[in-house]
Amino acid sequence: MAVIHDVMPAFELFQPATIGDAVTLLNRYGSDAWIMAGGMDSFDWLKDRIKRPKVVIDLSQVESLRGIKAVENGLEIGAGTTLTAIVRDPQVRDKFGLLAEAAELVASPQIRNQGTVGGNVSQDTRCWYYRAGWSCYRAGGNICYADTPTAINREHAILGADRCVAVNPSDTAPALVALDAQMVIQSAGGIRLVNAEDYFVGPDVDITRMTALAPGELLTAIRIPSTWAGARFYFEKVRDRNVWDFPLLNVASAARFAGGKIDKIRIVINAAAARPLRLHAVEAAVVGKPRNEQTAELAGQIAIEGAQALRYNAYKIPLMRNLVKRAIRGNGSDT
Amino acid sequence: MDFVKWGLNPWGQNILTHVSWTLFWASLFAGLMFLVAHGSYMLLSAHRKRPETETDRLEAAHANLPARVERHSLMARLFHWVMAAAMFVLLFTAFLPVVGVQIAWVTWHWIAGLVLTGSILFHIVHASFFLDFWSIWVGPKDIPEIKAELLRELGREVPGPKSGKYPLGNRLYHMAIVVAGLSAVLSGVLMMSRVRTPIFTRNPYLFGDVTWGVTYVAHGLAGVGLVGLVIAHVYFAVRPEKWWITKSMLLGWITRRQYLEHHEPERWRVTANPPTSRS
Repeated sequence: MAVIHDVMPAFELFQPATIGDAVTLLNRYGSDAWIMAGGMDSFDWLKDRIKRPKVVIDLSQVESLRGIKAVENGLEIGAGTTLTAIVRDPQVRDKFGLLAEAAELVASPQIRNQGTVGGNVSQDTRCWYYRAGWSCYRAGGNICYADTPTAINREHAILGADRCVAVNPSDTAPALVALDAQMVIQSAGGIRLVNAEDYFVGPDVDITRMTALAPGELLTAIRIPSTWAGARFYFEKVRDRNVWDFPLLNVASAARFAGGKIDKIRIVINAAAARPLRLHAVEAAVVGKPRNEQTAELAGQIAIEGAQALRYNAYKIPLMRNLVKRAIRGNGSDT
Repeated sequence: MDFVKWGLNPWGQNILTHVSWTLFWASLFAGLMFLVAHGSYMLLSAHRKRPETETDRLEAAHANLPARVERHSLMARLFHWVMAAAMFVLLFTAFLPVVGVQIAWVTWHWIAGLVLTGSILFHIVHASFFLDFWSIWVGPKDIPEIKAELLRELGREVPGPKSGKYPLGNRLYHMAIVVAGLSAVLSGVLMMSRVRTPIFTRNPYLFGDVTWGVTYVAHGLAGVGLVGLVIAHVYFAVRPEKWWITKSMLLGWITRRQYLEHHEPERWRVTANPPTSRS
């Protein structure tokens, strides 16, 4: 297939100045509209001519989507806030270092300067079969080209696969799930709040979407409750190139300790499935146990139960086990 | 309006992928319109039933028949309700996501599909060896009955034959459900080779892209067809004048009078009670 990378097919461009105007446009154009925040994912799709929206709604002029502010019982981060702004924000660094660390490991400085947190959590999967424009399940077809005997699927799913084996590539998503964040979604019908854990959708529920955002809806902000402020955090990302790359796997955890034992914990792994997976069984198993090698070993074993390797991604299973072990026991550099 | 969806395979060929969900809405609309049309017809038409006096006469003449006539054996009823449950699970899991209800539907769908397949296989064996196999089919021999039923529906009093064990509508519906149901089951079993189940080893290359496309379209067409057919079936099951049939699918029997009113004793023979020793 000839791919032309220098020009995009024509579309109607809107640059609303307010959230209200953006929502009105989304309501008017529905599934014909493409939401563009930082453009880091959008331009790939548009230049490759795989997605051909009739309308692009550029959110760069919506000032109210940007910024981080303290609210009652936590922080509210505008969905249009850049990843760099999150990394540098003293409130985030002070209370929610997990998110700052995750955001700092996204791609490269240039991309973090332009990319937004809303875009980072809502970005599409990087499965190249899907992004090549073939009619796979995720594109509305009836096959997963990445789950065939000859597929190149080193980066694909080991858990939660249901026909499609694509994974979620976000670094900030697992951190937000671990922090028990809420996503603020606005549409013509009003505002709804969705827990970060439920914002991400697996192929078993909807094989063509990665988030709960329906046509006509806009992610406007992310609220992080103070529940986990100042907790012990751990974030680790494994990637092929440390300069910049998508995760092969990443892990995020937030824990509180009491009397030398784990009192409360949330632990989330991403790039193992099409949605960040909160490891409920691991959490239940380690609460009340001391933070040591034995507990870490137990957590690692439980984490990989049910994991199923494809042809080229079996390495992800021991990698996931080890990341969960490290998250439990910490490596001395956790925030 | 598109009836089917096309896609592009890695070789740049256009391939069929699915039916358009427009057909689902069309089938739903057609099913509901049929209800409105039939309901209106039943209110306004002059369709003829067998006169009560004639039924009285028949009942007097067949007093030796049992008071309760078995219409559906326990096995036949079990098959029917298992199949009905499986069909509802299949339709809801298939189409709730289409109307925007997000559920993890695939596992429930293929499990219900296997239950339906098993019940159909059972039914084929049961009907072939333990029931009157031909009583449910419609053929050239039924033309006089079809003609008589049509004339009665138009308000004419005609002496033509009544139904055998199954009313004409039952038999026509059975033919439609055989076509749609078997299409859905056969294509569905093949499609299971593309999903992870503990039963089949996945083999996405079982067929080429074109054959898979045809299989998916056949499954979709059968599925949307079943939406309309099931709506019609449920509608007739709850209509007051058909309630005696529905009741027989629950209890297994109909009364002697219902048997004589709606059926032709010559075409559905019921064994008479043996004469008592005093007679």
